[in-house]
Amino acid sequence: MKRKSLVVFLAVALAACQPNESSKTQTGTPASGGSLTINGAGATFPYPIYSKWFDEYQKTHPNVRINYQSIGSGGGIKQLTEQTVFFGASDGPMTDAQLQAAHGAILHFPTVLGGVVPVYNVEGVSAPLRFSGPLLAGIYLGKITKWNDPAIAQLNPGVKLPATDIAVVHRSDGSGTTYIFCDFLSKVSADFKQKVGVATSVSWPAGVGAKGNEGVSGLVRQTPGAIGYVELIYALQTKISFGDVQNSAGKFVTASLESVTAAAAGVAMPDDFRVSITNADGASAYPIASFTWMLLYQHPTDKTRSTAMVDFLKWALNDGQKFAPGLGYAPLPQPVVAKEIQALAKIQ
Amino acid sequence: MRRSSDDRTFRLGTGAFAAFVLLLVAGIAFELTRQSMLSIAKFGLKFWTTSTWNPVSGDFGALPFIWGTLYSSILALLMATPIALGIAIFISELSPRMLRQPLAYLTDLLAAIPSIVYGLWGVFVMVPFVRTLETVTPDALKRIPLFSGPPLGVGMLSAALILAVMVIPFTSSVAREILKNVPSTQREAAYALGATRWEAIKVAIGFGKSGIIGAVMLGFGRALGETIAVTMVIGNSPQVSASLFKPQYTMAAVIANEFTEAADELYLHALIEIGLLLFIITIAVNIISRLLIWSMKRRVVAPDVAPVLPAEEALA
Repeated sequence: MKRKSLVVFLAVALAACQPNESSKTQTGTPASGGSLTINGAGATFPYPIYSKWFDEYQKTHPNVRINYQSIGSGGGIKQLTEQTVFFGASDGPMTDAQLQAAHGAILHFPTVLGGVVPVYNVEGVSAPLRFSGPLLAGIYLGKITKWNDPAIAQLNPGVKLPATDIAVVHRSDGSGTTYIFCDFLSKVSADFKQKVGVATSVSWPAGVGAKGNEGVSGLVRQTPGAIGYVELIYALQTKISFGDVQNSAGKFVTASLESVTAAAAGVAMPDDFRVSITNADGASAYPIASFTWMLLYQHPTDKTRSTAMVDFLKWALNDGQKFAPGLGYAPLPQPVVAKEIQALAKIQ
Repeated sequence: MRRSSDDRTFRLGTGAFAAFVLLLVAGIAFELTRQSMLSIAKFGLKFWTTSTWNPVSGDFGALPFIWGTLYSSILALLMATPIALGIAIFISELSPRMLRQPLAYLTDLLAAIPSIVYGLWGVFVMVPFVRTLETVTPDALKRIPLFSGPPLGVGMLSAALILAVMVIPFTSSVAREILKNVPSTQREAAYALGATRWEAIKVAIGFGKSGIIGAVMLGFGRALGETIAVTMVIGNSPQVSASLFKPQYTMAAVIANEFTEAADELYLHALIEIGLLLFIITIAVNIISRLLIWSMKRRVVAPDVAPVLPAEEALA
């Protein structure tokens, strides 16, 4: 008897080890009753709006269930490349090398917009400070080290700046926020571009790293003389004050949902939507802004899911946009939406 | 007949589980090596000795992380060991019987606190304290490399302090058990020879020396691998510096920070190779501590009553 139970135990254990056939394709199994599960993975930044969209969409389309894992842009691209998810999401566009590594053509679809703002803790300064791109680059390169540096004083006439050291704080974890911030600094400073460059994690010449928006803002708040950068959404939700940044038209712009959307409107949109909108043209455009993208294969093998996903994206780009401001995301400008609807027809 | 076959099944069963552990360790080593091949092939041994960590240019060297991991763990050990042994000695030798159980329970409880909670405590309580300490450090002292650097609060000192607090319960509970297992004949003999209380305790410590070293090494192993609490307070800046005040970085922290966004193959392989190095260093530390304990044991008069290390399983 005992031996028999051991055999049964082993059989069960072996069965558990068997790779699950349906999990191999990973695009999810259609459950009985014609309902459809679509799996996606990627950026953490748009997670709140995406999960809101999936919920809302399911209310009107009860047979489509979309799962999204916010594992980071890098992870999303990797899983999409390996076809373990049906769609990916990223805060930075895929590079040419990444696109080539994928099993077929991948299309980018901007979904919403975000911005990055400088936050600081300077004793005795209450009004929002003004920053320019070259100034931020100088600070993050470790070249401007005091708050009363002429470069800062020049942009902020009438503000009494203390002679304290600037404590530079950046993100320690790989992040789309770092990508956008460095993308902007690289555009306005050749020095920054050459010494640091653009990526989700870079080799910072100065400062300390803190994990997440909350880590950066927490450290800035408690360190006298500190400066950091956080997502606009995070700054708005936690009601921390942030500085204005000079745009390419020379205007100092306060980051807001409107000024971020204005940045998207000021850029010529290429057909593949892989575009950086930092330092965009337009008097009212906030310069440290970016799209976040959903990534889809142009010729997916699974036509049923593909049709459902295209339908969802159409809904998200039109009806879905109204949920964006409530969650702190800047909605897409209308011309971008129109262009994307056209591009969705390419998916077959 | 029946009985012997049951015995055999039992032996085979448990043997299989024991083999599973070996398989698991070998599997981890194999997988870590396989998935870091790109980085191993490109950088070779230079990976251990160079300090650049630049995901943009694809240039990777692990030295600052190795340094930060070892430096923070050794500092933590230096701070934690005297305190942990003090706690262990007090509980097992000197404490009033009534206090013994609650004290032992409380130190064990410290070990059960999740590291993220330690991290939060570190960020909100300890870091501001360290910052004040750094601010009031006189400039003359700051000229010494050990205390150079801006008063940021986050940095090596904060990391070492938080690790010390986290290590104390591990070292002290194991050391306490070791001292409890020292046969009372040892102490009685010391007292019979006219030893004072302190001298008798010294005898007990001497008897359990190998076990106590094991307890300390257990704490070291714990400090090496600690991730989230350290990430929150160390400042995450890869540099090799002896300064206690400067922000630095550890191996576990860089993996936790950068793994999710590492989309580039070489970058990912370099991160996994860091994991492999951490694995190798941890094993090396364990081997060294085993050798230390063996060499101690040989000198102990009655090796068979010397406590079998609880640390032995925990370290593996």
